[in-house]
Amino acid sequence: MPAVEIRHITKRFGSILANDDVSLSVRQGEVHALVGENGAGKSTLMNILYGMESPDSGEILVDGRHVFVTSPAAAIVLGIGMVHQHFMLVPALTVAENVVLGREPVRRKIFLDRDGAAHSVAALALRFQLGVDPGATVAALSVGMQQRVEILKLLYRDARILILDEPTAVLAPPEIDALFGTLRSLKDQGKTVILITHRLSEVMSVSDRITVLRHGRVVGDVETAKTDRMALARMMVGKDLELRTHSPSAVRGEPVLTVRNATVNTPRGLPLLHDVSFELFSGEILGFAAVEGNGQSELVDLVCGLRLPDSGSADLQGNPAGARVAHIPEDRIKRGMVGEFSLAENLVLGRLHDRRFARWGVMNLDAIGGLAAGVVRSFDIRPPEPGRALRKFSGGNQQKAVVARELGKESPLIIANHPTRGLDIAAADFVHGALLGQRERGRGILLFSSDLGEILRLSDRIAVLFRGRLVAMMDAGRTTEQELGAYMTGAALKAAS
Amino acid sequence: MTRWRAILWSSLAPALAFVIALAAGALFILAVGRDPISVYTILFSETLGTWYGIGQVLFKATPLIFTGLSAAVGFRAGLFNVGADGQLAVGSLMTAAAGAALPASSPMFLIPACILAGMAGGALWGAIPGYLKARFGSHEVINTIMMNFVAAALISYVVNNFFSVPATVHTPPIRPGAELPRLDVVSGVFRGSPVNLSLLLAALACAAFAFMLKRTTLGYELRVIGANIHAATYAHIAVRSRIIVAMAIAGACSGLVGSNMVLGYKHYYEIGFGEGMGFLGIAVALVGQNHPAGIVVAALFFGLLEYGGLTINGMVPKELVTILQAFVILLVIVLTKVLRKSIRYAAG
Repeated sequence: MPAVEIRHITKRFGSILANDDVSLSVRQGEVHALVGENGAGKSTLMNILYGMESPDSGEILVDGRHVFVTSPAAAIVLGIGMVHQHFMLVPALTVAENVVLGREPVRRKIFLDRDGAAHSVAALALRFQLGVDPGATVAALSVGMQQRVEILKLLYRDARILILDEPTAVLAPPEIDALFGTLRSLKDQGKTVILITHRLSEVMSVSDRITVLRHGRVVGDVETAKTDRMALARMMVGKDLELRTHSPSAVRGEPVLTVRNATVNTPRGLPLLHDVSFELFSGEILGFAAVEGNGQSELVDLVCGLRLPDSGSADLQGNPAGARVAHIPEDRIKRGMVGEFSLAENLVLGRLHDRRFARWGVMNLDAIGGLAAGVVRSFDIRPPEPGRALRKFSGGNQQKAVVARELGKESPLIIANHPTRGLDIAAADFVHGALLGQRERGRGILLFSSDLGEILRLSDRIAVLFRGRLVAMMDAGRTTEQELGAYMTGAALKAAS
Repeated sequence: MTRWRAILWSSLAPALAFVIALAAGALFILAVGRDPISVYTILFSETLGTWYGIGQVLFKATPLIFTGLSAAVGFRAGLFNVGADGQLAVGSLMTAAAGAALPASSPMFLIPACILAGMAGGALWGAIPGYLKARFGSHEVINTIMMNFVAAALISYVVNNFFSVPATVHTPPIRPGAELPRLDVVSGVFRGSPVNLSLLLAALACAAFAFMLKRTTLGYELRVIGANIHAATYAHIAVRSRIIVAMAIAGACSGLVGSNMVLGYKHYYEIGFGEGMGFLGIAVALVGQNHPAGIVVAALFFGLLEYGGLTINGMVPKELVTILQAFVILLVIVLTKVLRKSIRYAAG
């Protein structure tokens, strides 16, 4: 008997059919991957299972019994829990306090039983090999650790079916491996895991079975062992897709960006970026590989003038680098866009000094409308409504808008910081194509990404940052993921010394 | 099409709030032993039933439009300007001072000069807490409240000691050339009511507000700061200087109140003029949802209650109107949230 069975679920949002007669059966004790492009209906389906949305028609069975999941609280009672992309933790509280929040063990009816909470959380962490210190403050934890706290929250509430929504999107490569270890140990102890993702390499390495959604319909339901990445990609996209392979630049020219001995310190004087020097040439993509928190944010802020170096310099064609650098920011929602603003208004964020869009302090709405119409067409943004608030677009379309805006700037330098984070295959491929096109036009591109595959495919040269230092600079054609990983984790340095 | 629908939806909460507040007020009237229907009949017939009453409502609404805009400029830039009372007091005094001190000349010069003096006074009083926020990060709510106290004390001192007509607490009259004509003189309607040409100024200010926000680079930047401060920094918007500018503009809006009270009505400044208009302006901006048309409607509504309260003074305690106002504000805040939720629910 399947742990969860979803039968003929249909859900419509206005004119969009998000789920069209979707049926899905998840076996007890398996890791079941739900894959599909952005907007394929994965999240909607899981929101229905988790009680956040109600289906227009169809039914859900848990352990063979018909259930009506009317709210997340009802879902948890049924043993269904979900870890969202954006964590819901109280940063100032400890791990144990966060885990028991809402179901606190009490002594004499009113006092929080701290020791009891810490004990049960520690026992859970041990049992599922989660390795989290119950007494640690959540604010001090890495993203990967915070994710484990979210998983602990569900286990504490006796969830048997765990839904994870794009769990690897926020993780660095070593953390991803650790997460997969956790998923396997959950499975070994009889828990059922549903994994929403669109990263195919991860699906292949961790799942038992895969259901593929496209345009709200189930287009495939396969055993992982009996399929491969190409077949999955074909099902997701609905056509053959050639994954881009590395092609060296043909037009490398003069230096665009020169960074010399740049050092950035914390207010207390600890180095975040230490004595970093490099040059970026026009017509070149320079990839930066690093585990999060090794100085790449500081380097980005330095190059686009959001931060001054404590010593050293960053020069853009002889002038101090700064305001007008094209910059695809790492965190689109926090920094890259204004959700309440229309798509069109977002396309001129940071571009109103351009005389095409504003003169004498007055915006040229016609020109901005023209720009938006052009972007909607050339970037295939859907729905094609420039006046719609950007937050009402899907993540992929938001990212396209941000990329379109930044590539449209007249800047010889482009900083692409996780340019495809959260994008599906087709959209990511589109962005890659756009970046390569800019390279052909002679612009210099700094590429930051936690996806080493992306760095290897696009870059001409690859630099590695470790603890704020530039520890390696290599030709992309002559290195491998293994070699990069060794530099990123500092292993190569230890071996050499 | 969708635009009209949005307007309809956003008017729903204030309209419902109004009806519920009236119902609650009816209970209150019953409790003091009066007949709500006759009280409301007088309230509405005396305000909306005569040209004079309408003129009075417009007169009461004019300063509320200015202070409503003042609060709205702040809100749009993510700032909470609680200092309109102080800003309008300083501005009004400046208007009166300019009107009295400037040499006699044509109204074409005197009137704009007095208005600009008021805007400058208000702008200064707004810019100071703006600077403190930009420079030191101190919160504008605290700063603007403190500036209200400073303004009240300072003005009392200045007017009483240097600037009053002996045995009064008001300033000498402005030059006749600086007076803004009353509408009953200009048009013949609203006979006897003090509504004056500053109403036109209020309409202009609303148009300028809308243009500034939607069409200018400055307005765009203020809206970015208000909606997402991280995006503002990312886009290299000069956040600190824009905060000062936003507070100065907010202050200038409040400073326009003097055109109604001083230039258009009393022709001098008196201590206590316009008191409370600043705080009511916050309510106007809230109810009007920071939208110029909404602000006008909300100001008219609160103006109606202000004057309506006077018409039923003999029948029920005057506190009734204050209670009604407070009810409306609370209900709008609650209903906006509730309706938004249920709209979302209805849409799936």
